[in-house]
Amino acid sequence: MPSSRDVVFVDGVRTPFGRSGPNGLYAETRADDLVVRVIRELIRRNPGLPPERVDEVAIAATTQIGDQGLTIGRSAAVLAGLPKSVPGYAVDRMCAGAMTAVTTVAGGIAFGAYDVAIAGGVEHMGRHPMGEGVDPNPRFLSEKLVDPSALVMGMTAENLHDRYPSITKERADTYAVLSQERAAKAYADGRIQPDLVPAAIRTAEKGWGLAVEDEAPRPGTTMEGLSALKTPFRPHGNVTAGNSSGINDGATGCVVAAGEVAGELGLAPKMRLVSYAFAGVDPEVMGVGPIPSTERALRLAGLDISDIGLFEINEAFAVQVLAFLQHFGIADDDPRVNPYGGAIAYGHPLASSGVRLMTQLARQFGERPGVRYGITTMCVGLGMGGTVIWENLA
Amino acid sequence: MSELDNWRALLSERAADEVVTKALVRDVRLPGGAGTMALITLDNGFDHTRPNTFGPHGLFALNGALSEIAERTDLAAVGVTGKPFVFAVGADLKGAAALRTREEALAVARLGHHVFRRLGELPIPSFAFVNGAAMGGGLEVALHCTYRTISSGVPAVALPECFLGLVPGWGGTQLLPRLIGPADAIKLIIENPLAQNRMTKGRQAYELGVADALFEPADFLEESLRWAAQVIGGEVVVERPEHDGWDKAVADARFLVDMKLRGAAPAPYRALDLIARARTATRDEGFAAEDEALADLLTGDELRAGLYAFDLVQRRAKQPAGAPDPALARKVGKVGIVGAGLMASQMALLFARRLEVPVVLTDVDQARIDKGVTYVRDEIGKLLAKGRLSRDQANRLTSLVTGSPSKDAFADADFVIEAVFEDLAVKKQVLAEVEAVVGPSCALATNTSSLSLTAMGAELARPERLVGFHFFNPVAVMPLLEIVAGAATDAATLATALAVGRTLKKSSVLVKDAPAFVVNRLLTRFMGEVVAAVDEGTPLETAEHALDGLGLPMTPFALLQLVGPAVGLHVARTLHEAFPERFGVSRNLAELVAAGKPGVYLPDLTLDAEAVALFAGGDRPSTAGQVRERVLAALAEEIRIMLDEGVVAAAQDIDLCMILGAGWPFHLGGITPYLDRSGIAQPRFLPPGVASVPA
Repeated sequence: MPSSRDVVFVDGVRTPFGRSGPNGLYAETRADDLVVRVIRELIRRNPGLPPERVDEVAIAATTQIGDQGLTIGRSAAVLAGLPKSVPGYAVDRMCAGAMTAVTTVAGGIAFGAYDVAIAGGVEHMGRHPMGEGVDPNPRFLSEKLVDPSALVMGMTAENLHDRYPSITKERADTYAVLSQERAAKAYADGRIQPDLVPAAIRTAEKGWGLAVEDEAPRPGTTMEGLSALKTPFRPHGNVTAGNSSGINDGATGCVVAAGEVAGELGLAPKMRLVSYAFAGVDPEVMGVGPIPSTERALRLAGLDISDIGLFEINEAFAVQVLAFLQHFGIADDDPRVNPYGGAIAYGHPLASSGVRLMTQLARQFGERPGVRYGITTMCVGLGMGGTVIWENLA
Repeated sequence: MSELDNWRALLSERAADEVVTKALVRDVRLPGGAGTMALITLDNGFDHTRPNTFGPHGLFALNGALSEIAERTDLAAVGVTGKPFVFAVGADLKGAAALRTREEALAVARLGHHVFRRLGELPIPSFAFVNGAAMGGGLEVALHCTYRTISSGVPAVALPECFLGLVPGWGGTQLLPRLIGPADAIKLIIENPLAQNRMTKGRQAYELGVADALFEPADFLEESLRWAAQVIGGEVVVERPEHDGWDKAVADARFLVDMKLRGAAPAPYRALDLIARARTATRDEGFAAEDEALADLLTGDELRAGLYAFDLVQRRAKQPAGAPDPALARKVGKVGIVGAGLMASQMALLFARRLEVPVVLTDVDQARIDKGVTYVRDEIGKLLAKGRLSRDQANRLTSLVTGSPSKDAFADADFVIEAVFEDLAVKKQVLAEVEAVVGPSCALATNTSSLSLTAMGAELARPERLVGFHFFNPVAVMPLLEIVAGAATDAATLATALAVGRTLKKSSVLVKDAPAFVVNRLLTRFMGEVVAAVDEGTPLETAEHALDGLGLPMTPFALLQLVGPAVGLHVARTLHEAFPERFGVSRNLAELVAAGKPGVYLPDLTLDAEAVALFAGGDRPSTAGQVRERVLAALAEEIRIMLDEGVVAAAQDIDLCMILGAGWPFHLGGITPYLDRSGIAQPRFLPPGVASVPA
């Protein structure tokens, strides 16, 4: 990939992810307050980084209205107390929002426009349900630009089962159980907690509290339990709440910098950006998006899939992970894939998830210095995929 | 029946209307494995415009929460915080005003101690996270905790009890001096309340040692909890230094309180006594002494007058009695000021700062205009230097204030006020000139302090747009505006004047067109009686100190010196013309003016023998007691006449004017509550219970 200088991932954190809804952790907590908390923790955790050296704050949100509106990168920077000289902007690529925030500032860093940037994402799906305020152009359907199922993510997942008949509901459920087990183990081993930033929460009824860990994981999930779940997107279908990510609230953020500047400031970068790519696919099978984006990113990096030692793939749906693995000839339970479990357990607050993948990959890199390359990848609504390849600096 | 049941029985009827602050309890897992904290959120269910307060029901609610917490064995700590922007702002004042007997008052005092002290006496540490305004009993909740954090965004930390006529008697007088030392405790408990109830901000409170840690508001609670976990884990150790210097601090404060009050109000003295005791008293002894002080003060008329005065200032001042529909007010986009003297220049600065519209000064010659405009620019420069204005704001204000030798500059003004020499003919001429220039809807205002508005407007083409707009000196500081409606003044003009007053952040009282309106009329009557007593042969010093027991902000001759004898004489003459039987003109005072003396005091504040000699010669001296009686009787008489004349809507407005315009103290309730309770007012001005203990 042509670049004038190295871009590194210095550090990433996130709030615990909550379940959306009136009883969820963040039921009465603002989305922008979650972003503020993340930015402040990044500054606090990296004392070598003077706040005025942050050259950009790029924050993604899918629904950019209300507390996720007002150009949230800038408004959150001001609310977080960063110097007013630090600019910011808002990013949207739906589920890959935070990933796009990272790749976009990375491009600016490589070009020399920035030295250091904060990139992240937020989605409060309780305050902003998927599709809030959207107004799809009628031409999508009248001209059959997309299939009617393309805008309902669960339906696109069912479509994927059609495309990959060998991926059965049982395989998807088995994968979901594995994700829950790996997440429970990662928690038990203390792999997740170090990168969580506790967030104050308050409801009028209960007063103040503190969110300290993810609300969504269901340790002890069994095949029997999953088999009983409804398939809301298709009668006798394959996609259930159990083999999908949930509806969640949360925010993520990371510090991205030019390698030489990180050195100058004495920061300890964890990963080097090798390449990234986004790709489009048919919107009605958006889950296959990571396949072409990964192929493209590998090609740009001059790498082969066999060079990749760790995979962090967003688990929007189990079927979409399995399609990716099947395509690349990787076993469903390959230990290199989502070793801490994934979004089926942790949840998927849309635009925030990209940086969760990076933060978890960075921690795995730290545990496994022998691994040289890893990828973070995810599927995106309206038929896209995104992939970032990272080199381990541990 | 238990003590608690007794209190409940005694107080529940008095607290029927209480807005109850609930104590919501939620478990919080502390960071770093420090265990579980039961976190209490104080929340009355309203937003920050109705802050948390404590009445009996709120105290019982907190007690219930603490009882449940005390029974648990799984807790590492207990925390207390507030609802957004507010921690808690103290006792429910409405509830305090409803108390009737000493028994009830004592019950409230003891109940507060009973509940709050539990926070400091649990087997686990307690933490207050002061996220917002913390005053009075609210701050005392925090003081009872083992540790405190505070947000740098907190706008107000205070123990304002002495301002009202109480003491911080739910532990404040005992806990605070030991925590931060007697001198700083006295500053918060006594000095600040007596200095117009000055507030402390979060950072200052931290620097004084009121809180152990300071965090920014953006993630105040999260960082407070992290800090609490570190304290519990022993990573952070909070030092509690010993304090000394008690005797000197208390003696210094006693001197200061005497200077201000001359014994007139009991609360600050009780607070001082309690602070003095705090050095050696046990908790039980100290809290019991607080109970007694609270019970005495809650059943004393000084506090009731204070609560009455507080309500006047907080509420009546914001909704002037007799005001027309605010919707009638016309927009003011440009202001004209006739005159460029000191008062006019002060007004120009104030109008520009608050209204943020162009302000034009005119005067008879360019030199005066330049002087006025230069004054404004210099003041803007001072505000800029002090950091009270940004460079951009200073530039904006500077560009807003201009001068013009011609009144033509008023052509597009919406509000023109004259501040020329206090002479009817001069003012009439000026107003006629202004009227010739301005548009039909422009309001004309006069800053006259004593002339008749109706007379002043008699020859105007449209007298209905003339209104009195009487500032007090210094214009930027004094909070009162007497807004005067003449016989012809119409509702739109009055509404405009009131709207302008509100934007200027002044408290307006509507006054009928009567000589010298309220404050100057009463001060002149007051002064006239004192001077008359001296003229009759009472030693000046006797008369000067005859009213010390009231705790007025200034002695009569000190006030005369501030106003200037010439101005005082001028107003006296005006009132003498209006009411010759009640307002005299002292020949001796005229001689003082003729001698060019600034008053009876020398610059070193000792009496000027030459000036005093001018008052000698009387042969009918009075005692101090006689002077006092005469002055108070005269005030009562004058107020009665003013109310009969309809100068203001009610006695409450008289009191509001005297509090805001003359600085007369809360413990007098302005003045009518004092005249009532001392038996001088016959019949009473206010029914029992309004500004006194209910019968």
